[in-house]
Amino acid sequence: MSVPTSQFEETGVPRVPVGDGIEAVFDWVNENLGAFFDLVSDAVSGATETLADVLNAPTPLILVVLFAALAWLVKNWKFGVVSFIGLAFIISVDQWENAMTTLALVLVATVIALVIAVPLGLAAARSDSVSNAVRPVMDLMQTMPAFVWLVPMVTLFSIGVGPGVVATIIFALPPGVRLTELGIRQVDAEVVEAGHAFGSSPGQILRGIQLPLALPTIMAGVNQVIMLALSMAVIAGLVGAGGLGGAVTSSISQLDIGLGFEAGLSVVALAIYLDRTTAAVGGGAATRARRISGALGRILGRSGTTAAPVPAGSRT
Amino acid sequence: MPMIQSHEIFKIFGNKPERGVERLRSGATRDDLRKDGLTPAVMDASFDVGEGEIFVVMGLSGSGKSTLIRMVNGLLMPTAGSMSVAGEDITRLRGKDLRRVRREKVSMVFQHFALLPHRTVGENAAYGLKVQGLNRSEREKKADVALQLVGLEGWGGSLPGELSGGMRQRVGLARALAAETDVMLMDEAFSALDPLIRREMQDQLVDLQHQLGKTILFITHDLNEAMRLGDRIAMMRDGRIVQIGTTEQILNDPANDYVAQFVQDVDRTRVLTASAIMEAPVALLGSEQGPRAAHRLLRENQLSSLMVVGRDKTLHGIVHEHEVAEAVQQGTDDLDGVLRSATTVRLDTTLSDLISAAAESPAALAVVDEHGKLRGVVPRVTLLNALGDPTTVVEHVGPEQKVMA
Ligand SMILES: Nc1ncnc2c1ncn2[C@@H]1O[C@H](COP(=O)(O)OP(=O)(O)O)[C@@H](O)[C@H]1O
Ligand SMILES: [Mg+2]
Repeated sequence: MSVPTSQFEETGVPRVPVGDGIEAVFDWVNENLGAFFDLVSDAVSGATETLADVLNAPTPLILVVLFAALAWLVKNWKFGVVSFIGLAFIISVDQWENAMTTLALVLVATVIALVIAVPLGLAAARSDSVSNAVRPVMDLMQTMPAFVWLVPMVTLFSIGVGPGVVATIIFALPPGVRLTELGIRQVDAEVVEAGHAFGSSPGQILRGIQLPLALPTIMAGVNQVIMLALSMAVIAGLVGAGGLGGAVTSSISQLDIGLGFEAGLSVVALAIYLDRTTAAVGGGAATRARRISGALGRILGRSGTTAAPVPAGSRT
Repeated sequence: MPMIQSHEIFKIFGNKPERGVERLRSGATRDDLRKDGLTPAVMDASFDVGEGEIFVVMGLSGSGKSTLIRMVNGLLMPTAGSMSVAGEDITRLRGKDLRRVRREKVSMVFQHFALLPHRTVGENAAYGLKVQGLNRSEREKKADVALQLVGLEGWGGSLPGELSGGMRQRVGLARALAAETDVMLMDEAFSALDPLIRREMQDQLVDLQHQLGKTILFITHDLNEAMRLGDRIAMMRDGRIVQIGTTEQILNDPANDYVAQFVQDVDRTRVLTASAIMEAPVALLGSEQGPRAAHRLLRENQLSSLMVVGRDKTLHGIVHEHEVAEAVQQGTDDLDGVLRSATTVRLDTTLSDLISAAAESPAALAVVDEHGKLRGVVPRVTLLNALGDPTTVVEHVGPEQKVMA
């Protein structure tokens, strides 16, 4: 490849053929690993479509009532009512099927993203060199404009749900890694030391001390992963992933303002529902787990671990 | 054999720390190594802790105490030297074997308690037992016993967040006791507590130690705490142990100016005890002896009173000179009429309490052990001497004269 001298003369900086290089890499990958990517594409789109079918099977209103009940359970009755109104709105603008398709895509992408992100975050928390290697990659994944991921995805997976899910995973992954690492690193070093001092193995310390204490932070990461996945899932409509994104895309191509807003507001309703529910689950995870296990204990006739009651009025 | 044996232990932080050890041995200073990016935290530390002893390591912040105590259970591996605890050579153990020693031989109490906030007090106290693999009912039973020992009976179901600082550290103590190890390591365990709570915890620790006979390595930066707790104290400065000795040895015979300066502000009346200053009685009267024998002993030794003891040294009382003289004149044959009760103190009574006791009685104080046996006496002069600073130079005015001590 010859260096175009005109550019060098104008700016004093030679033209570096980054674009050509990356294209060559993707072409090579596509030619040699095409079969593998087809497999991945089939698997994720199969999972997404199955889940979408399941979500679309019952009468929409029944599902809305179930979702609203869940919102009530994790937060309070007010949020249950708000959820009901928001989700019923999606039915009323005739976007329910699209919304469930998008939800399916978000859930599949989130689960896969977390399966990758949490172990990676744990490894990064454990070793500074892993952390240093992972950080720039995460920065690149997150700050690259979302659209840019779509093009190579299409070359690798062709049009459809597959590239939509994979692009969504890439875009949504980083906060899962970051907040897992942060959560684990934030755990009081003295408590971890106590684990070692009483002879716990690294696995016991991870399960009994680090993960439970990092859980609120990790759940904040899960919340962010879900929200990023939702925003990317809409953009993925451009590559034929369907759902609300598909409706938005066709509203743009048809200059259909009404459809655009109906789909857009449905995204907003879904976003609010997902955000508040996961935030409520994350924020109260530890206390709720205690409350539930305490209640179970009482039902089974034991109070907590030790049988003795707390002496009344002696707390300081 | 000692429970903890530290032999020429070094810990240097930094890259390739081994090179620092050789340099230190051949005379390099701490600052020399600092210039090369090495931090010598502990240098050439040797000490033994006997079974059932409370051994205190005392030094200012940054002197290497935490680093030293962490090498005892292998949380940190020494750069050089050997460390053994309960007969196990910690420096040779790794992974599984090291964890076994930590589960079975040596437990730890932390400065900021280090409890699991999402677990109940009972579960926290049982933490070591869970790691040991005990089943639930055994864990609960032993944790309850430990909580009872530290005075937290009935709190097992609470969360640590619902407890005050002092109570939380009791949970930390209960967790270490429940593990039933012979050795307990305590790194500034009471430093985060209010002074009054701290005193209470110190007393409780001493009680527990008497009751259970644990070997305790206790770290503190507070000299008063060191002297209240320690059977022996190691004074640390800038990574080195500069003196090891009992409270009395360190107070009365500081190894260098650094230690001397450190101890000059100590409230001697609160750290020195009767056992440190008491003297052997010049003369004693057997309880079967009569007033005549007493009179002779008093005169021969120029005493004004005499302790009366049985054959097994049990203290019976005291007789005073003027009453003995009267009894002799009246020709009485036994001591019944002249035997008075002696003012007694215990071996661990502090100087400040000795002063109150001395105010009640003009005669010497009798120091007795828990079985009521006479172990020594504290005459007033001795008490006054002990109160003063041994290094003070006293000037005398007037003709040279021998003073009877
Ligand atoms: N992990 C570490 N890495 C580097 N230096 C350390 C580390 N831990 C302690 N040090 C240094 O070792 C010295 C002794 O620290 P430490 O043992 O914590 O003292 P203390 O407990 O007496 O306050 C300090 O200068 C400290 O900065
Ligand atoms: Mg320290």
